[in-house]
Amino acid sequence: MAEHISLAVIGGGPAGMAAAVSAYDSGITDVTIFERENELGGILNQCIHNGFGLHTFKEELTGPEYAGRYIDEVKRRNIRYETGSTVLSVSPDRQITVVSREKGMRIISADAIILSMGCRERPRGALNIPGMRPQGIYSAGTAQKLVNCEGCVIGKEVVILGSGDIGLIMARRMTLEGAHVKAVAELMPYSGGLKRNIVQCLDDYGIPLLLSHTVVDIKGKRRLEGVTVAEVDQSGTPIPGTEEYYECDTLLLSCGLIPENELSLSAGVKINGATNGPVVDDRLETSTDGIFACGNVLHVHDLVDFVSEESSRAGKNAADFIRSCGKTKNEPVIVRVTAGNGVRYTVPNTIDAANASGDIHLRFRVRNVYKGCTIKLISGGSVIYSKKKKIVVPGEMEDIIIKPEMLSSVSGELVAEIEEGAV
Amino acid sequence: MDQKIYDAAVIGAGVVGCAAARELSRYELSVIVIDKESDVCEGTSKANSAIIHAGFDAEPGSLKAKLNVQGNALMDRLSKELDFPFFRIGAFVVCRSKDEIPKLEELKKRGEENGVSGLKILSCEEAHEMEPNLSDEVYAALYAPTSGIVCPFTMTLAFAENAYDNGAEFSLSNEVTDITKNDDIFVISSSKGEIKAKCVINCAGVYADKIHDMVCYHAFGITPRKGEYMLLDTCAGGIVKKTIFQLPTHMGKGILVTPTVHGNLLLGPTADNIEDKEDTSTTREGIASVKAKSALSVKDIPYNQVITSFSGLRASADTGDFIIREDEKVKGFIDAAGIESPGLSSAPAIALYIRDIVGGILPLKEKKDFRPERKGITLLAMLPPEKRAELIKENPDYGMMVCRCSQVSEGEIADSINRPLGATTLDGVKRRTGSGMGRCQGGFCTPKIMAMLAEKQGIPLSEVKKNG
Repeated sequence: MAEHISLAVIGGGPAGMAAAVSAYDSGITDVTIFERENELGGILNQCIHNGFGLHTFKEELTGPEYAGRYIDEVKRRNIRYETGSTVLSVSPDRQITVVSREKGMRIISADAIILSMGCRERPRGALNIPGMRPQGIYSAGTAQKLVNCEGCVIGKEVVILGSGDIGLIMARRMTLEGAHVKAVAELMPYSGGLKRNIVQCLDDYGIPLLLSHTVVDIKGKRRLEGVTVAEVDQSGTPIPGTEEYYECDTLLLSCGLIPENELSLSAGVKINGATNGPVVDDRLETSTDGIFACGNVLHVHDLVDFVSEESSRAGKNAADFIRSCGKTKNEPVIVRVTAGNGVRYTVPNTIDAANASGDIHLRFRVRNVYKGCTIKLISGGSVIYSKKKKIVVPGEMEDIIIKPEMLSSVSGELVAEIEEGAV
Repeated sequence: MDQKIYDAAVIGAGVVGCAAARELSRYELSVIVIDKESDVCEGTSKANSAIIHAGFDAEPGSLKAKLNVQGNALMDRLSKELDFPFFRIGAFVVCRSKDEIPKLEELKKRGEENGVSGLKILSCEEAHEMEPNLSDEVYAALYAPTSGIVCPFTMTLAFAENAYDNGAEFSLSNEVTDITKNDDIFVISSSKGEIKAKCVINCAGVYADKIHDMVCYHAFGITPRKGEYMLLDTCAGGIVKKTIFQLPTHMGKGILVTPTVHGNLLLGPTADNIEDKEDTSTTREGIASVKAKSALSVKDIPYNQVITSFSGLRASADTGDFIIREDEKVKGFIDAAGIESPGLSSAPAIALYIRDIVGGILPLKEKKDFRPERKGITLLAMLPPEKRAELIKENPDYGMMVCRCSQVSEGEIADSINRPLGATTLDGVKRRTGSGMGRCQGGFCTPKIMAMLAEKQGIPLSEVKKNG
């Protein structure tokens, strides 16, 4: 017979820990966190730079320190966690198959499940970069793990493709390790990373950021010998004649993160094509009853602080679900939330206007860089929220707080859009 | 000190060299396989379409035709005996207009002459009913039920490991630099010293002409013909159930769309003659061409699910057919050259063919203790849950996941490193276990596997190699 627990949290990174702590504090104490690595903390353990926790703790922490704060909270409550435990599948009726060295293979059923598996990096193959396939090409996060956790010197002459935050952080890290970072090439005309990272990781070290550039060839049979970088036109196609060859032994890729939803799919969870994360309602519940999602498995965040905040809500909501056996107080009134002009996606995708008890966070990313614009929420032709912004960029997530009383005039659909300002 | 004189030295540890070594290891012969790479299956054998062709498109009477059909027939037994995945899924050759029907008929006739069974021409409706995702433009198809798919890595490794089990030696990371013949003995100069042998079997793939010319008069040239491929994630693998070919041209069998034994979808190859025998680069144009041409036979291919692209080099001989013979002047020197498609399909039959040639030179006496079976690494993800649970109980390391995408455990990776002819590189582990072959392409498992390789070899992490 399958074991049974109240709440199974899949993934012991910042999302899973915050969710478990919050569910526990909301009265559900029969919680287990399943973590595939040998310790809690997730990717934070390899992020030894500082800059974490400004929102949550009002101080600047390193990744392991930030994780440590939550690990302490988990331990203080005696929340169960099993490390070295990989969940192989999740069924729609909330049974998980988990495997570990100590306990072998088990099937565990749960009253609710929180998906907090995080994301993975887009690999070279998915980018279709032409050229050879030698040693010396790493996704930035893999390089980060090797350098920071294993003390491994991975190369001396470095080019980075993609200006995602991990790539920017690694540009600085490799420089501090004595490597020469020759350039960061970015396909888009703007960076995918945070402004502060461009300043602190590239500008401060004189590393050039080549916007609208990509790698068009990779040379080297066994070890990387060099890459050819070219400028691209508006459609992302390389412009002949702009090629420049960089001799290097290492190419790091920071070209986007993909929420890791293979388990979600096994549970029949519907996926949002724009985020690659689950479709969720304002309680962060997925399309499968009693299965919630939070953190980077839901949509890729810029700041761990927002992951923790979001995950606390998921934990509380999962606890409510377990206590109420999935029943809502009032007859649900479903409002669809959609991405309008200039908005790439929204989280959540629906709001239950009749049962919203607290503030609802509406998070989204814009499609492009917009200066002097207005963010608007529109329902049935009337604007229920409007805020002027000096600039919005795709690399920084927007977060709007919807008060329950704002929902009284909302019905059917709620559109988030950008009204472009007169230039 | 008297140096050992081998009965047979096989140059090249690809599928042909390993199959030949395995066949020769049945007999009271001393066999050594030499390869410049650090692992078996590092050349053409690792980057191809992984198809066991039915054998309908080779010229009747050619070695390609004969050995393809023979090789295909041997696969069911071999895959069981040597424990490698082979599925007889069948294939279509599709055409796009009524005008092309005669070409399908010609292929069918040719196939029948070659001894291929079960060939049938299907109407548009019949073809679409069997493969609903065929392009709407497909007008008719030739159906070849005996066509199959195989794991070319496991197949090559299986031959090699079984040859090794039966006494064949392997000298890897050892490049042959010259060959001379003194009296009846070949002296092979290599980066690791001299190797002496009574017979030399040249299975050197794209380098077969170079090896041949070291000791024989120039007889043929080998041109590398590059083929670029795209591999899609397993969620796309089910879009077709069979291998879908287009009508062949003089450059090859055209762009195919096929599921792989690992459940992925494979598209390719292009066909471009090149000069550099090491140029396995992919190109922007090549990948674009694979995309454009795949769409001619199968619709709605989810190109956003591409997890990698790669290219392989076919060893194309200027004679057009396989060249498998003892050199006329230099007796004891046997070529197995120009083994382009259908080389993988033909490999088991090529091995028998080589054995017969060797039999004309050396006495073949069967070993009493030859063991034909080889057991591969147990891959737990392929097992039913109960069996998997049982194995984890026996070896808890099978419970510690390392590669999350392909669900490969620490125990399986240790098996791949520790077994005879075990993996010494990241790519070696990947080919043996499937780790790093999934959607994240080794993003998460690479550091752990590097650490395991480093520990086994007693080297620092930074010296662990990807390949070579």
